[in-house]
Amino acid sequence: MTAVLEVRDVSVRFATDFGEVDAVDGASFEVREGEILGLVGESGSGKSVTATAILRLIRKPGRLAGGSIVLGGRDLARLDEEELQKIRGTEIAMISQTPRTALNPLITVGQQVARLFTLHAGLPRAEARRRAIEMLAMVGIPEPERRARQYAHQFSGGMCQRVMIAMALAASPRLLIADEPTTGLDVSTAARILDLLRELGARTGASILLITHDLGVVATTCQRVAVMHAGQVVEVAPVRSLFRHPAHPYTRALVRSIPRVDRASVMEPVPGSVPSLLNAPAGCRYAGRCPWVEDRCRREKPAMTAVAPEHFVACFAVEDGRAPAV
Amino acid sequence: MAFLAYFLRRLSLVIPTLIGVTVITFTLTYVLPGNPAVVKAGPLVSPEVVKELEKEMGLDQPAWVQYGRYISGVLHGDLGQSHSTGRPVLQDFRQRLPATLELTLASLLIALVLGIPLGVQSAVHRDTAIDHIGRIVGVAGVAMPTFWTGLLGLYVFFYMLGVAPPPLGRLGAGIEPPAAITGLYVVDSLLTANWTALGSALHQLMLPALTLGLSVMAPIARMVRSTMLEILESDYIKAAWAAGIPRRRVIYGDALANAMIPVVTILGIVFGFLMAGNAVVESVFAWPGIGNYAIASLMTKDSGPIQSFVLFVALLYVIVNFVIDILYGLIDPRIRLE
Amino acid sequence: MADIAIAPTSTALRLVWRRLRRNWVSAVALSLIVVTAVAAALAGWVAPYEPDATDAAAALQAPALHHWLGTDIYGRDLLSRIIHAGRVDLAVAFGATALALAIGCSIGVVAGLYRGLVDLAIMRCVDSIMAFPAFILAMAITAALGNSVGNVLIAIALTQIPNYLRLIRGEIFRIRELEYADAARVVGNPAWRIMFVHLLPNALPPIIVQATLAMGYALLTMAALSFIGLGIQPPQSEWGSMTAEGAQYIVTGEWWLFLFPGLAIVLMVLSFNLIGDSLRDFLDPRMRGVR
Repeated sequence: MTAVLEVRDVSVRFATDFGEVDAVDGASFEVREGEILGLVGESGSGKSVTATAILRLIRKPGRLAGGSIVLGGRDLARLDEEELQKIRGTEIAMISQTPRTALNPLITVGQQVARLFTLHAGLPRAEARRRAIEMLAMVGIPEPERRARQYAHQFSGGMCQRVMIAMALAASPRLLIADEPTTGLDVSTAARILDLLRELGARTGASILLITHDLGVVATTCQRVAVMHAGQVVEVAPVRSLFRHPAHPYTRALVRSIPRVDRASVMEPVPGSVPSLLNAPAGCRYAGRCPWVEDRCRREKPAMTAVAPEHFVACFAVEDGRAPAV
Repeated sequence: MAFLAYFLRRLSLVIPTLIGVTVITFTLTYVLPGNPAVVKAGPLVSPEVVKELEKEMGLDQPAWVQYGRYISGVLHGDLGQSHSTGRPVLQDFRQRLPATLELTLASLLIALVLGIPLGVQSAVHRDTAIDHIGRIVGVAGVAMPTFWTGLLGLYVFFYMLGVAPPPLGRLGAGIEPPAAITGLYVVDSLLTANWTALGSALHQLMLPALTLGLSVMAPIARMVRSTMLEILESDYIKAAWAAGIPRRRVIYGDALANAMIPVVTILGIVFGFLMAGNAVVESVFAWPGIGNYAIASLMTKDSGPIQSFVLFVALLYVIVNFVIDILYGLIDPRIRLE
Repeated sequence: MADIAIAPTSTALRLVWRRLRRNWVSAVALSLIVVTAVAAALAGWVAPYEPDATDAAAALQAPALHHWLGTDIYGRDLLSRIIHAGRVDLAVAFGATALALAIGCSIGVVAGLYRGLVDLAIMRCVDSIMAFPAFILAMAITAALGNSVGNVLIAIALTQIPNYLRLIRGEIFRIRELEYADAARVVGNPAWRIMFVHLLPNALPPIIVQATLAMGYALLTMAALSFIGLGIQPPQSEWGSMTAEGAQYIVTGEWWLFLFPGLAIVLMVLSFNLIGDSLRDFLDPRMRGVR
């Protein structure tokens, strides 16, 4: 399968009064055509920063410190602002975790969707408006004609998210980045939004990079998943493979920490806490919390190796066989 | 429907304030040392006549009755007499109001035309040279007394450079005022194509309006800056960037439009500053407005004009703020539609 | 076992140095105020000449070696006059602010504690007072009370009272909210004790900031009032009235007579504002929510 987006060795740094913070360190993964890739990790693991970096929207005091972001043969890291502007919204689009506040309060919802058609597809006003209403209907907003004339504050959270999705898909992008799209939504609304994403992805052929901290969302919605810890991508695998045979110590701890309802078990939190990213340590950032840690782990950063078809891990313990197979 | 409720709620707050304002103005008049009857009658009159006058003026009545008379007087347009001009205060006001109005509007225009772009650029180019200069100018500007900047302007532009006219009023010597339609010379001369009057009116208006305008420019620029900074960090602006909307559109379209709403709210306060600064600027430039009128009567201890001026300004301030509140409700769809 | 990043000592020092460098402006401003206040207080010793000493031969001299800021039409040294005049300005600015603070806070506490009708009445009065642009109100009060420096002080103070009143009242209301959620009450601490334990540290910073900025404002108002002839009676001199005197000399080109008194005002107000601003930046994040 071809890759729509190839993220290779991307690093993002932020300058602070205390020094430089390595928010993302050498992250690598790819999003394939037509798939939904989950990007999962704790708060502060660098998931959102990665998304912002892909769109080249990192602003001072942050900067893209290295790596390549290849979309359809072009490296976004090398393009200038003018070309990037043409790509945003048309080839890549993003929806955020705060749908209500992500809509302009002063313009009607219909106008916000329509102007994207005018901007990206060059459609005249009337045509753009028609397409906007079509789009609203497609994302499941009832009475789209009437709703298009309303303002953001008159929509519920779930509705706003649907509008965001409509805006994101307006120009039929090849890649949709969904940054925690269900945070702040109640469980049933969240489920419906995820269903919508899956359906629209299949219908339009767009690939989706789904960023979340919720393993449940990953399990139900994604085909493959990349796990991030403290700014590093530590494991990439098909969903089944990840849950059945988690390889990286962090992933194992994560999977183990999911509470079970089918049998009695002890709640096992992931031990330790995320290390400071300020002047971060050189090697594997899980070293401080890992039961199989070695000296080498603290000095060198492990590279991604395959432990099974399509299943990659960055861990010396797994490589050397010190970590038992699951 | 919700807007009507908003309107009525605002109205219900305004009315007690208006009443309170009249109470305060009345109290100030009441507290004045000296006997108004004596002042009116003059020094050469016998005590009996003074007593008669007191009865006539209702000065022997209890306070609240006098307040009632005061209010009814105000409502009927009776603001007392000016001892210096010998005419009813109301008449003097009407004659002088257009001058003050013209100055205030011109100053507001200058403040907005200069202040808003300054604030926007400061925000967009945050922490660069432009921003720092803008902020320094703002901070320094707020510390300068309006009378001083006016005098400075006079010295530099009139005495040194000769581009500004001597502060003799609204029109240069020998120029006839244009036909009175609005009372604003600039507008009237435009409407009647009276180019000599237009040129002279603008020339005379230039320095005082600039002085007053610059004095209120700083708070406007500062407000615009901080609002823009906030808005540029907001989710919908970030979403607009991500959606590929061109930079200029995002800043000068979406962001600015949203920034204007909080700015509208401070226009009321700005108006208050303008009214306060008006009096002083009119004094410096001998501008024949109501502020100058009030200050001149201060010197002659002519109390009628002062108290009426204060009442007028306060009432106007309250009403302007009320109108701005309502306007705000109309502009912001979040308030307009429940 | 939290792995919190504690900046090593060298970084902490670097931080302090950066803060200090950013705040050199406030340091300068503070020194300026102190120097001026001391100079004004010790005017008799500091001023090079007697403020009223006339010297016909030296009349209307531009700034020069003998008279740093020039002389007026009577040959009086401008610098000395400015230093002496500073007493009135700074005294009124400080006095009016202190008076407004005292009265405003007291009434504010009453409004906050009693709530209900008392609060409603007080707030309606405050609304009415704030309906007047402050300068206009000060003008009217001075005109009503009589033309003297003392009355100007009272007038300015009256226009400033609402600010402190609302600050204290706001804080009290905020603490009331906390109080109900606060376990301390359940444990048995008397309400008024909680109030004062919480009130002072939380209300003090904004009040300090407000007072500092208000002093600059009081000075401007005082100067403007005496510029138009209120409050100051000759032979008293004050920066605003001196500027007014100097105004008539603009047409004849003696620029120093209006410029320097006004400049004194600008520098003082600027200093107050700068200190107030940096106090605000400094105190706000630290003190908010600290018990």
